[in-house]
Amino acid sequence: MIQIQGVSHAIGGTPILHDITTTLPKGRLTALIGPNGAGKSTLLRLVGRLEPLQQGRITVAGHDVATTPTDRLARVMAILGQQTAIASRLRLAELVAFGRWPHHKGRPGPQDQAQVWLALKAFALTDLADRFLDEVSGGQAQRAHIAMAWAQDTDWMLLDEPLNNLDMSHARSLMARLRGLVDQGGRSVAIVVHEINYAAAWADHVIALKGGRVVAQGTAAEVLTEARLSELYETPIRVGTHQGRPLVLHHA
Amino acid sequence: MRPLPALTSALIALMLASLTVGAADIRVTDAFRDPQALLVLLESRLPRTLSVVLTGAALSVAGVLIQALVRNRFVGPDTSGTAEGAALGLLAITILWPASPLWLRMIAASLSAMVTTALFLAVIRRLPVREVMLVPIAGLVLSGVLGSVVTFVGWQTDLMQYVGTWLMSGEFSGVISGRYELLWIAGVAAGLAWFSADRFAILGLGDQVATGLGLSTAAVMRLGLAVVSVVTAMVVTTVGMIPFVGLVVPNLVARIMGDNLRASLPVVALAGAVLVLACDLAGRLVIHPYEVPAGTILGVLGAVLFLWLLHRRPPRSKPAHG
Ligand SMILES: Nc1ncnc2c1ncn2[C@@H]1O[C@H](COP(=O)(O)OP(=O)(O)O)[C@@H](O)[C@H]1O
Ligand SMILES: [Mg+2]
Repeated sequence: MIQIQGVSHAIGGTPILHDITTTLPKGRLTALIGPNGAGKSTLLRLVGRLEPLQQGRITVAGHDVATTPTDRLARVMAILGQQTAIASRLRLAELVAFGRWPHHKGRPGPQDQAQVWLALKAFALTDLADRFLDEVSGGQAQRAHIAMAWAQDTDWMLLDEPLNNLDMSHARSLMARLRGLVDQGGRSVAIVVHEINYAAAWADHVIALKGGRVVAQGTAAEVLTEARLSELYETPIRVGTHQGRPLVLHHA
Repeated sequence: MRPLPALTSALIALMLASLTVGAADIRVTDAFRDPQALLVLLESRLPRTLSVVLTGAALSVAGVLIQALVRNRFVGPDTSGTAEGAALGLLAITILWPASPLWLRMIAASLSAMVTTALFLAVIRRLPVREVMLVPIAGLVLSGVLGSVVTFVGWQTDLMQYVGTWLMSGEFSGVISGRYELLWIAGVAAGLAWFSADRFAILGLGDQVATGLGLSTAAVMRLGLAVVSVVTAMVVTTVGMIPFVGLVVPNLVARIMGDNLRASLPVVALAGAVLVLACDLAGRLVIHPYEVPAGTILGVLGAVLFLWLLHRRPPRSKPAHG
């Protein structure tokens, strides 16, 4: 479980998050949704200790992110930020292999290599393993970054807009893998998604943010309703159902 | 052709050549019979060859580190205020305590280099992330300002002659046994960096990824800062700053091998040694028995290589930082 208690955050004097209290349930796929600038990335960065906490308390599986050593946290959660552009010239396999670093600290064993290979395979990167990052497409680079977080093999996986740059087939396959991680692996996943139907189709739990506040939270069926979504995005939205799950339509 | 064996062979060949070339007319092969030849070899040729190799290798490794620290390829220890910082420290200790022992001068140079390099890091932290070219420009401006301070103080205190040997012309003609051993410290510092190669590679991926992987970025930054400063300070103290090596060699190697530093740092070190030794040899041969400083030759060659690098950027260059 990730517990967020009374978290407020300001950047350069401007308040971004206001007294957020919520939980991300263990063993579930949680989707963070909300309009641009709602504070989703900021919240995820605070949970992933990429940003120092200013006010409030966050624990990940019982570890206080403000006080737990950062290398300990790297074995509890993997985080993929929204900005993934990096200046280093690494081969895809080398980048993914760094996902194992929190575990081996420079001495990879056969088990680490196996994990890297699995991660490359899971994201259809084996053919590109020897290519440099600056010699692949945006979607392929994005998949390599996700594969690195995947290789980290932690109980919690936090992904900020992982579907960026992915085509429909890779997006679907990523969601299916995350689902498998939760259902078969007993892991917990939190993702920020913009395409609301990915949350509708795959998420167990949904947290809706707007203006730095939590405006709704609960199961996908509870949160993804016409009234809630229309208000959240300030635009008329229709919600139907497809195979027992909500289907969000914007051509209302 | 694999880079490691190719460079090793090139380095061995150049070192042998370096042992045979010099003002004194001796035959290396006579060293076992002729005490005069042995003396020249052990007191002059060998120290000179080793000093060139150590300088080239250590400066190139320092270049990789400073580039990982600032996440920008277009800087080196000669354009990040480091060399000028070392000179400033040397100048200060020379003025305050003219008869200071060597170890103290070495410490003063290293500490002062750390302060000015840390200043550079602090300055670029505040620059907009996407402006890739602002980082090298900031480095050049800082180096320029610090260099002016050094020159001004040097004039005022009549120490310009020293300042010249530290900053203006890196050259190895004065190297004899007993006057270059500090460079071993530079070599050892650069060698130690290899043990943290993964950490520097992860640091180069940006704060976000590095933190996500549980790297304590501040500690790695401090280590990198210390290595870059010590290497540069030793070079400035013994032979004078050699331009461009720390900038050009890391770029050339990264283009071929990428930034997996554990694999590439040894290649970087060898390539740096080969480049500087080739320049030093060329400098000894062009107007034999006189010499052109290796730093001067590198100034020209390095500029050409750098321009070539600028024009041949990677297929899709990405913004620096994370
Ligand atoms: N570095 C920054 N400086 C100033 N404001 C920022 C910065 N980063 C984010 N913000 C502001 O914080 C708010 C929340 O941003 P973010 O968490 O990225 O939103 P989301 O991910 O939900 O789109 C936005 O209004 C954004 O403009
Ligand atoms: Mg965002």
